Amino acid sequence: MGVEIRAEGLVMTYGDVRAVDGVSFTVEPGEFFGLLGPNGAGKTTTLEMVEGLRKPQAGSVRVGDFIPSKREPELQRRMGVQLQSSSFFERLTAREQLDTFGALYGVAAGRTDEMLEQVGLVDKADDRTEDLSGGQKQRLSIACALIHDPDIVFLDEPTAALDPQARRNLWDVLRNINDSGRTVILTTHYMDEAEALCDRVAIMDAGKILELDTPAALVRGLDAPVRISVAPGTLDADAARAMAGSDDVADQDSGLTITTRDPARILTELAHRDALDGLSVKGASLEDVFLHLTGREYRA
Amino acid sequence: MTSSRTVAFKSLALAMLKGFFRDKMAVFFAVIFPLMFLALFGGLLGNSGGSKIDVEQVGKVSVLDDAPKEVRAYLKESLDIHRTTDEKAAIRKVRKGDADAMITQRGETLVVRFSQADQVKAATVQGTFQGIVQSANIAVTGQPPKYALKADQVEDDSLSTIQFFTPGLMGWAIASGATFGAATNLVVWRKNGLLRRLRLAPVPTWAVVLARIAVSVAIAAVQAAIFIGVGVGLFGLQLTGSWPMIVPLLTAGTLSFMAIGLLAGAVAKSEEAAVGIANFVVLPMAFLSGSFFPLDGAPGWVTAVSEVLPLKHLNEGMLATMVRGEGPSAALMPIVILLGFAVVVSAIASRVFRWDD
Repeated sequence: MGVEIRAEGLVMTYGDVRAVDGVSFTVEPGEFFGLLGPNGAGKTTTLEMVEGLRKPQAGSVRVGDFIPSKREPELQRRMGVQLQSSSFFERLTAREQLDTFGALYGVAAGRTDEMLEQVGLVDKADDRTEDLSGGQKQRLSIACALIHDPDIVFLDEPTAALDPQARRNLWDVLRNINDSGRTVILTTHYMDEAEALCDRVAIMDAGKILELDTPAALVRGLDAPVRISVAPGTLDADAARAMAGSDDVADQDSGLTITTRDPARILTELAHRDALDGLSVKGASLEDVFLHLTGREYRA
Repeated sequence: MTSSRTVAFKSLALAMLKGFFRDKMAVFFAVIFPLMFLALFGGLLGNSGGSKIDVEQVGKVSVLDDAPKEVRAYLKESLDIHRTTDEKAAIRKVRKGDADAMITQRGETLVVRFSQADQVKAATVQGTFQGIVQSANIAVTGQPPKYALKADQVEDDSLSTIQFFTPGLMGWAIASGATFGAATNLVVWRKNGLLRRLRLAPVPTWAVVLARIAVSVAIAAVQAAIFIGVGVGLFGLQLTGSWPMIVPLLTAGTLSFMAIGLLAGAVAKSEEAAVGIANFVVLPMAFLSGSFFPLDGAPGWVTAVSEVLPLKHLNEGMLATMVRGEGPSAALMPIVILLGFAVVVSAIASRVFRWDD
């Protein structure tokens, strides 16, 4: 089912700008792989080289045994592509879009109903795409990418410009794509999205991959302290400072926050003292990893 | 063509066709708008072949009143006579332009008063009454006239205004439809990423291009059917001998204008710009190609410029075969020129073409 993707030393320059500057990675068959980075990091250009829309100026891409830039129909039938913008035929209904894309891939018309069901658009089937909401459009464009049951799926910022409800809603759809063993490559600039969906994440900035690992390993590697908070009045600040393993203690109106690199020890101690009222534990997120790697200065 | 490609081609063509017919503005400008011009020209200039002369007749005028019945019937065709007794009021009407001439009889003299404001009308008025008086004089002698005049236009008897305007306006409609359709289609699909999406589908590029050609030709055929239907049904258009030659003519014309549209779409950065460029090309071309009025009286440089415009040749070919009664061979040269134009412009368009922005 899934297909291995191997990118080696990819380079793409636009004028003086090295949009992609020596990018290498391998995506295992059946893996959900994320390219994470801010706008202009080179994610989309990298994806386009893997899809075969652009021929790399240097380096090589293999998708299975194919070279994507040769645009061989045999490979294209196994690839599902969802592009950054909502690429639809004008003034067609959701059902007609799916039928049309299906016909391009030689798919029987019956698949359309199945796909509408899968992305929850059955009651919007006869609405024109122009009348769909942003989230519905994205779901439809994903359905169009999956109409021919591809082995590899490319998703370019599928949740960009969606409200939080629509994003979470779409995540459920995206998780299902990978359940059947497909290889998925996703680009996003949302840290939480990469963390929630991807098996492995490549963090990109300025055309380079800065770090590539599972989200959990990336966060662990950061060795960032954990912040443990309890409700006001639960524990005396001096007692907290005296605890072994506490690096810093902040006593605020909203409660007491202990910063530590040994959360297990602190939590055991708190439980021992029966001081778990209003407990919250905050670890580092992929966002912290990202900011650590790319710096915090403002980007236009 | 394998069957899967046929399916892809058909579904693409169907998607484009639906997209066009659901776009009310596009349908309006491709069909209704040119038809409005046809109705305007057909209705205004009509089948009368020039309007009648409005005549105010004061008192009795024997050359008219005592003329034989056949002569009176003939005069009725060209004169619209209104009887009155107030000579001053009648002259006032002529001066204001409400009537073309005032006539009255003083003894043996027919007095005609007219306005020089409309010189063509003035000449017609003088000529008409001169003729009436002379034939009355001859009739009085009791002799049969020695010389006779037989006037006949060189065109087919049926060549009225509508015969001129239908091919020209139809040419303009088809030129706009094909140019705008191709230009906006290309820009919209490039901007929304559908071109790139299609590029990643197992569909050869030529199937996409062929689908667009088929849709443009189909739209042109619908335009032509409606135009000819309305022309024949409402305005008395009469088709002559080799009119079916408009089918290859329209196909070749559509290819030419599609090529112009693709060039406009490849150059333009936005849909608005594409429409602007298409307008900038098609509208002046319609004027210079005789779509709205014949080029017979146009200065030499206009005729010279019109020779390089595809619409001129499309109009010529349609005029020759649809209404002038010329044989099928009259369409050959225009078809060759239109196809040549399509090849050259398509080649330029493919050089500036981009898959994405």
